[in-house]
Amino acid sequence: MKKDIILAGVGGQGILTIATIIGEAAAAAGVNLKQAEVHGMSQRGGDVQSTLRLSTEAIYSDLIREGAADLIISMEPMEALRYIPYLKEEGWIVTSSQPFKNIPNYPDEEQLMAELAKMPHTVVLPIEDVARQNNMPKSANVVLLGMAARYIEILSAEQLRESIKRVFAAKGEAIVEMNLCAFDLGWNAVNEQ
Amino acid sequence: MIENNKKLLLGDEAVAQGAIDAGISGVYAYPGTPSTEITEYIQANAPDVRSRWCTNEKTAMEAALGMSYAGKRALVCMKHVGMNVAADAFVNSAITGVNGGLVVLAADDPSMHSSQNEQDSRFYGKFAMIPILEPSSQQEAYDMMLFAFEMSEQLRLPVLMRVVTRLAHSRADVQMAEKVEKYATLPDSDRTNWVLLPANARRQYAMLVEKQEDLAILSKESPFNHTSAVEGRARLGVVACGIAYNYVMEHNPAALGIPVLKVTHYPIPADAIKALAAECDELLVAEDGQPVVEEQVAALLGADYKLRGRLTGDLPRMGELNPDNVGEALGIAVKQGYAKAENVVPRPPALCQGCGHRDVYDALNKVAAEYPDARIFGDIGCYTLGALPPFRAIDSCVDMGASITMAKGAADAGLYPAIAVIGDSTFTHSGMTGLLDAVNDNSNITVIISDNLTTAMTGGQDSAGTNKFEAICVGLGVDPAHVRVVVPLPKNMEEITSIIREEIEYNGVSVIIPRRECIQTLNRKLRQKRAQK
Repeated sequence: MKKDIILAGVGGQGILTIATIIGEAAAAAGVNLKQAEVHGMSQRGGDVQSTLRLSTEAIYSDLIREGAADLIISMEPMEALRYIPYLKEEGWIVTSSQPFKNIPNYPDEEQLMAELAKMPHTVVLPIEDVARQNNMPKSANVVLLGMAARYIEILSAEQLRESIKRVFAAKGEAIVEMNLCAFDLGWNAVNEQ
Repeated sequence: MIENNKKLLLGDEAVAQGAIDAGISGVYAYPGTPSTEITEYIQANAPDVRSRWCTNEKTAMEAALGMSYAGKRALVCMKHVGMNVAADAFVNSAITGVNGGLVVLAADDPSMHSSQNEQDSRFYGKFAMIPILEPSSQQEAYDMMLFAFEMSEQLRLPVLMRVVTRLAHSRADVQMAEKVEKYATLPDSDRTNWVLLPANARRQYAMLVEKQEDLAILSKESPFNHTSAVEGRARLGVVACGIAYNYVMEHNPAALGIPVLKVTHYPIPADAIKALAAECDELLVAEDGQPVVEEQVAALLGADYKLRGRLTGDLPRMGELNPDNVGEALGIAVKQGYAKAENVVPRPPALCQGCGHRDVYDALNKVAAEYPDARIFGDIGCYTLGALPPFRAIDSCVDMGASITMAKGAADAGLYPAIAVIGDSTFTHSGMTGLLDAVNDNSNITVIISDNLTTAMTGGQDSAGTNKFEAICVGLGVDPAHVRVVVPLPKNMEEITSIIREEIEYNGVSVIIPRRECIQTLNRKLRQKRAQK
């Protein structure tokens, strides 16, 4: 099995943490992984993406081909749309519905959401509101990962939960519990619909 | 080899772990994307390796050469444009040769994700006439390090290792090998190797020329260069260099009947290239960066052979390779995904909210508006983002330190007011010497050293001049009355603008130092403090 995933967002939104959790889970499961990140100038509030390739076979390219991604996971709705040329026809988009407006010419929100709704396989949730309402404003990214979990397929939700425990272990039991809870909020939002 | 001793590592971290396990005693570097994580990893994981950040790439290169002279293994790391700064020491280190192994790591940035050009460091390796290694994967980056140090000692030459952004900043599993003992031999006692007076240098250079045959044999027999043959005669063959090998392999060339020669150890394996060319109607050279190999292969095969690559338009002349443009060159159509979305606009990076550079540019723009001929010469760092809206404040940004020296030249030509904006780390990297020129010539310039107490753009490394800037400027001869320090905050705007105005009106060199800690490093410290409670 092989899964090509694009993680998208704005510098500082925490997509590299999502990548770390998935990467750690893949390493523990013995699944091959290549994960390209953006460091440097773009991290100052620009658009950032990370490509994650997971496979039971050998992986060569660090980058994903156009029209080949199985999944786009995005912290921000416009950033999700930025990468649709890379998405397979039957691929899924899992994204936050809440815009991050740090530019003066951000597109009309209604039109943006309408374009997103036209995509055949889309899951959206106001992850920042969900995280805030549950007193975990810094875990919106893990809520998003929970939403995306069933589409990652090559790793199970349980493997991702175990990875969350390892990745956050150094920050203490309370932080681990909070992030597991965030993951479950996202998971339940998708799987109980 | 230790079974299952695997780690998920960035390409940069694989280089670093490889160097640690190869028994280095020191790493010398100036931060620069995409090379920074190498030194950071060694600092975090190998406390017994000397690893303090250097002032610039030249001081790094020379210190590493000194460590090699004294008989220990040393690594030097820099981004590609840092090679220009280190070039004098780098090229001459091939003339002196080395004692302990010396590896120079250059991280190139095709597509200029975080750089002002996409120069290819392999030219520097060829120029200096030394071996070059160009790993295609994180595992190879790790494995090549020990190989590089051993080859360096065998040839008594520095070895250049070249990586590109996509390898430097991509993670994969890496299988670790056994760590070797820290290498140590006696300091070199032959002075004639190291004192490059013309008589000695001629002899040393002759030896370097003589060694070229050994370099060619090593690359011919290298475990890192090999050909995957196909049965019978092929329509197309590929010479795939470094990371381009992955983009070729992504398309399963064996199934397409395309033989592939992987080149990751230079000088180019000329015999293997000729042998491949003889079996194929055409050759494609796939390499990330500039057409370094393509030019050499063209010379090797002659004008009649049908060669394809970046120079022929089969691959783009500039920008990084990817599986799509390499696929097209192999005759595979790009998969048709969804069309570009309509409601997407670019999101360029910007200075952080609360950043002191913002207040500096607000003040500068206010004052500059009073002088219609004012020009602001910028430099390399976060504050280069002052070129973008809403500030649009700077007129130039060329290379590390050029703000001060270009302002000087422009002022010499009669431009007034000529204002330079430079960061604290960039000032110690390459600004101090230019300031001395301006002082000695009494040029009429106003220099702003925007001091945020760190090397911010690359993630907050120590800045070499912290707490020393007033002393440095006065020491270089700037009149102490014209070295002014301000705190860049909106509430101080009136004070800052009037000081800028006064110093523009002063005929001579003046320095204004707006000083306030980087908001990113400040927040990080606050978070750490909170976590400790």
